[in-house]
Amino acid sequence: MKQFGPGEPSASIISVTDQVRPLALGMAVTSVHFLGENAAFVGAEEKVAMVSPSGEISAVAVHGGAILCTVTDGSRIVMGGDDGTVVALDAKGEVTLLATDPKRRWIDNVAVHPDGAVAWSAGRTATVRSGKAEEKSFPVPSTVGGLAFAPKGLRLAVAHYNGVTLWFPNMAANPEFLEWAGSHLSVTFSPDNKFLVTSMHEPALHGWRLADNRHMRMTGYPGRVRSMSWSAGGKALATSGADAVILWPFASKDGPMGKEPAMLAPLQARVCVVACHPKQDILAAGYGDGTILMVRLQDGAEILVRRNGLAAVSALGWNAGGTMLAFAAEDGDAGLLVV
Amino acid sequence: MPELTSRKIPVTVLTGYLGAGKTTLLNRILSENHGKKYAVIVNEFGEIGIDNDLIIGADEEVFEMNNGCVCCTVRGDLVRILDGLMKRKGKFDAIIVETTGLADPAPVAQTFFVDEDVQKNARLDAVITVADARWLSDRLKDAPEAKNQIAFADVIVLNKTDLVTKAELAEVEARIRGINPYATLHRTERCQVKLSDVLERGAFDLDRILELEPDFLDAGDGHDHHGHDHHDHDHHHDHGHGGLKHYHDEEMQSLSLRSDKPLDATRFMPWLQNLVATEGQKILRSKGILAFSDDNERYVFQGVHMMLEGDHQRAWKAGESRQSRLVFIGRELPEQAIRDGFESCITT
Repeated sequence: MKQFGPGEPSASIISVTDQVRPLALGMAVTSVHFLGENAAFVGAEEKVAMVSPSGEISAVAVHGGAILCTVTDGSRIVMGGDDGTVVALDAKGEVTLLATDPKRRWIDNVAVHPDGAVAWSAGRTATVRSGKAEEKSFPVPSTVGGLAFAPKGLRLAVAHYNGVTLWFPNMAANPEFLEWAGSHLSVTFSPDNKFLVTSMHEPALHGWRLADNRHMRMTGYPGRVRSMSWSAGGKALATSGADAVILWPFASKDGPMGKEPAMLAPLQARVCVVACHPKQDILAAGYGDGTILMVRLQDGAEILVRRNGLAAVSALGWNAGGTMLAFAAEDGDAGLLVV
Repeated sequence: MPELTSRKIPVTVLTGYLGAGKTTLLNRILSENHGKKYAVIVNEFGEIGIDNDLIIGADEEVFEMNNGCVCCTVRGDLVRILDGLMKRKGKFDAIIVETTGLADPAPVAQTFFVDEDVQKNARLDAVITVADARWLSDRLKDAPEAKNQIAFADVIVLNKTDLVTKAELAEVEARIRGINPYATLHRTERCQVKLSDVLERGAFDLDRILELEPDFLDAGDGHDHHGHDHHDHDHHHDHGHGGLKHYHDEEMQSLSLRSDKPLDATRFMPWLQNLVATEGQKILRSKGILAFSDDNERYVFQGVHMMLEGDHQRAWKAGESRQSRLVFIGRELPEQAIRDGFESCITT
């Protein structure tokens, strides 16, 4: 692969657009996850479209209204809806009702733990159900913006206004509060459990080094960061929100403190979605003008997956082996690429 | 500048002090056969007597933006709810946001100015304030929230007019006009107002800032419209105009400016930006149609506190008077300083 600067015409980029299997899903898609070899395109409302590697599409009804949040552990997708339910969808296409909010409030966030625990939030209450099907709820001072389980131990990060609360559902200890003024909308732990990063209402990320709670301010975005993805091994955090993929270095013990992020694949369009390859230092980036690029982290080399001039990209996802990339756009146009 | 497209979903903000009749109006909007479907964001869940899967409970969570501007507050819950509602686009035609009786309308309005995602999908259509004809005069004295709601309104529904005498009604209207002479006023009993008079007004739309004349006697009581600019009068008096009292609220005022000579954009823009940056806490609403020298297009703007939004609207028509008009509604406005500043932007 050869590196191209931003000024080069896109025609000179290596293109694999002809290898994409186009899919007509006929619905707006907000996220895509792989369950085994099947790509599950989560609709904005009611349905998930399961697509087999050969391109067969089957729709599964999951919610009675809007699907507000989704998360996957690779074996199932857990979703929350505006019908007040939390449901799980497995690779066979079977739907399990996990919980119903007693007041039918919107389920705004969901999280899954590798050991099977599930967390969700409605308004100002976060609830965890551990593998033993015990349910514990935890009130926070303001509406929950995001949830994430730590990679180790049963510890839940609850993002809200003015900071993040770290809650250990199985311990009597008081929750730990990481304070930072502003509204925190989503939260993620680094895979090595050393850092916690939130995306904020204003166009910025905020991070904490968990060993000493030192702050990391990650600012300079022209737009709000709606998509974050850890690179293979957690060496870097790729983010949307700018006219290039912003890649923050997390390989050292200081994380991005005092460092500049890398800016990859700059275009004349805003990055909307990023998805790092699960094994290699490659990411896929989707843009507001419809472009999808695969980008090599080391040198920014690009491969074109989808041309510009189409609807904004709304979803990107890799299968666990990193051999397939699925994508969808706001208008329901979707595709599968075998890499 | 945000795009002014009609595909954006119109949002009506419904305010009003406790007991004024907001819920009555909301129930009417939802039950009347108008062929439209509304998504309604309410605060007191359960008061609405209509079964509708698009009624959403809100928490009215106001937070300050992290930009060092103390009056830059937005409704965080609204950002989240609108984001969720956009997944059901096509299932409803418009959105109504009800605020609690004690709410300041500014954070709701500002949410539509500062949030990129909200701006992309929705536009503020109008702020409707329901006021209680019997009690509003008292509330204007003791409840700053009630005064804010009147000052902010694009449309005022003066309700429960059957509970007051004609003289009392004239009194409360004059009080309202002393604060906000620009809102459209409807007198009602049990909120019996034509829904087309309150919904989809486009009052907050930049394309529609057309009628900046004080709308004094629009309630249809047979009087002629006043043609004067009331700020030419002295303050702190009330005097009769054909039986209608004319008040100036001591705290909350409106100020209108106009010029038949074009404005110098290189002077006007910095002046306006500096004005809202320094006095924005006092300025609740601002609106304007501007004629700049060497510019063949009308420029329109509007603002809430320190936030401004403006754009070229259209070319001036042949024969149209190229008059610049601005209005400010706020508390303790530095009137003379604003007038002097505006004068200095007029080309000579």
